[in-house]
Amino acid sequence: MNEVRSVTGAATSAATTHRRTRITVRGMALGDFVLQNGTLLIVIAVLALIAGVFWVVLASSMPTIHQFGWQFLTNQAFDPDHNSFGVGPAIFGTIVTSVFALVFAAPLGIGAAVFLVEFCPRRARTSLAFFTDLLATVPSVVFGLWGFLVLAPWMQHSGEPWLKLHLGFLPFFVGTPRGVGLLTAGMILTVMILPLVIAIAREVMQIVPNEQREALLALGATRWEVVRYAILPFARVGITGGVILALGRALGETIAVTLVIGNQANKISPDLFATGYTLPSVIANQFGEATPGLFRSAVIEAGLILIVMTLIVNVLARLLIARMGRHHRVGGLVA
Amino acid sequence: MSLFSRARLGALALVGMTLLLAACGSSSTASSTPGGVACPSPTSLTGAGSTFDNPLFTKQFQVYPAAKCGIQVNYQSVGSGAGIAQLLAGTVDFGATDAPMKDTDLAKSTQGPILHIPVTLGAVAMTYNLAGVTKLQLTGDVIAQIFLGKITTWNDAAIAALNAGVTLPNQKITVEHRSDGSGTTGIFAAYLSAVNADWKAGPGSGTTLNWPVGVGSKGNDGVTASTKQTAGAIGYVEAGYATVNNLPVATVQNAANAYVGPTLDAIKAAADNYLAQNAASVPADLRFFIVNAPGAASYPIAGFSWVIVYQNQSDSTKGQNLANTLWWMTHDGQQYSNALNYAVLPASIATKDEAQIKKLQCGGSACYKGLFG
Repeated sequence: MNEVRSVTGAATSAATTHRRTRITVRGMALGDFVLQNGTLLIVIAVLALIAGVFWVVLASSMPTIHQFGWQFLTNQAFDPDHNSFGVGPAIFGTIVTSVFALVFAAPLGIGAAVFLVEFCPRRARTSLAFFTDLLATVPSVVFGLWGFLVLAPWMQHSGEPWLKLHLGFLPFFVGTPRGVGLLTAGMILTVMILPLVIAIAREVMQIVPNEQREALLALGATRWEVVRYAILPFARVGITGGVILALGRALGETIAVTLVIGNQANKISPDLFATGYTLPSVIANQFGEATPGLFRSAVIEAGLILIVMTLIVNVLARLLIARMGRHHRVGGLVA
Repeated sequence: MSLFSRARLGALALVGMTLLLAACGSSSTASSTPGGVACPSPTSLTGAGSTFDNPLFTKQFQVYPAAKCGIQVNYQSVGSGAGIAQLLAGTVDFGATDAPMKDTDLAKSTQGPILHIPVTLGAVAMTYNLAGVTKLQLTGDVIAQIFLGKITTWNDAAIAALNAGVTLPNQKITVEHRSDGSGTTGIFAAYLSAVNADWKAGPGSGTTLNWPVGVGSKGNDGVTASTKQTAGAIGYVEAGYATVNNLPVATVQNAANAYVGPTLDAIKAAADNYLAQNAASVPADLRFFIVNAPGAASYPIAGFSWVIVYQNQSDSTKGQNLANTLWWMTHDGQQYSNALNYAVLPASIATKDEAQIKKLQCGGSACYKGLFG
């Protein structure tokens, strides 16, 4: 403002006019007042939207909640013909595939991020980071098609027979190799959430102050020790957050999983070759045919359970991050 | 002179009006005169449901506006169950389904009775993936046992006994079924329930089943792709789909112990023979399956596809349009069936359809007042 006034007289007069006509509301400039209350309204609208969605889903699943109660969570059958509904296998499949994806994507993703941030030559870093980000923009249906047309046949003929031959003593690899099933679905999910983990871990590691690295190097630490004692403890909170976000995506992933999981409810067993079901795939498969009444209510309750599951995951993540943040403030170097 | 001409004009006008009135009068009573009814103010109709019907409907509704009064029909191919759901919700003028509505669903109607009108015929083909096997014969009982998970290998004695001279591999059978609800599943399940007691007591009949074994895929294309990818797989798809895609198809033993493939002739024969033998037992509401039909030429896994409409139409113009459209679909519209791999409706069903269409009520009188000009 001062600069403007010093440049021309016209600007000065304009500024004074503006000052004279300034309107205040409750001691606040009009612009600030509108901004503050406007943004508040937007936040309230978002909250109302979430509450509304939750309410509709809850209200629409009342018929099955009344009819089956907690049994809905364990019942094996999803059988409109006999009016018997349950999503036991789907909850199991959702958890197994998501946890599988997390177990593999977390170390892979963090490892890739460490390389990109700490070891990668500067020139290659930008293009490599670009390609890992690009992986995140591939639509899930494309992953699904690739999984169904390329990965599943390969798993059927090569991957699963190999696992059975060499690791068949484990309870995970005992069934008939079919290509589609929990294992393939878990693998597709791993590929899908990997870029998310890499991107977030990379961002978080990049903001670790260089002084941290330099301090450790000055003490004679190796590159590994720098990563171990300076980078990872500093970035831990952010990385955990990213991994949980990725888990959220894995839990809700629909079309790619539907294409490769086999959509056949089986008895709960540790066999990863078995076909399965997930909550989103139950919804995707059944909603089109769900007639009003118990059938539709069952499909919507599957959605309700999915919402509650992701809610629990998010709350746990918050608690975890809050606890880690406290520890972090106590001592930087202590892992 | 001027007076005379004015009188002549007046007389002409009078005669004209009388004629017009007469025409109107006759059109409201005589439903037997075809092509006699004036076009209504064109309105559009909306329908939703069966994906099986979609290729035929697309052709029919493309030709229909030009043929009759420019009535546009918008059809959403969303699945039979979704069609039923949308009709019940009142968001469409008609639904289309490959499995008749269940009593429990009919009871959910808030707008009075719902009519079933058969509009075309469909069948289910058994497709398989067995290297070197080009001819496969199955019975309903064996199919049921495979899909129940009781027969698990291709060289099982029960299958070998039906296929003398064919070398069946010692290979695990992978059952391929639909993961989404489907009218195709409805016909298939109705057939298995008719020929196998264990199936009837177990998975039963319906458009969505609790499958004991197998791999589920979405849509005919999903089942086909999965079957093609899996050695030793057997699946069921809509017959027209199997024909168009040149899939290997098994012949199935019918009620007369002959092995028949899902050809258009065999599907038509199934409908004709079933109706001929069971004329008395066909229910008035036309909700019936024709699976395991009698006759040596009949393909056993066949069934009708229905349009479902409310008997009481609240909008008279729309109701009249709807009645006319249905009439055309079940008569002139059938000429497009064979080219698109649908069997033509048997004449006896077309007659029964006429009775159903005439039941449509528009404000106290029948919606159908004769075919539009």
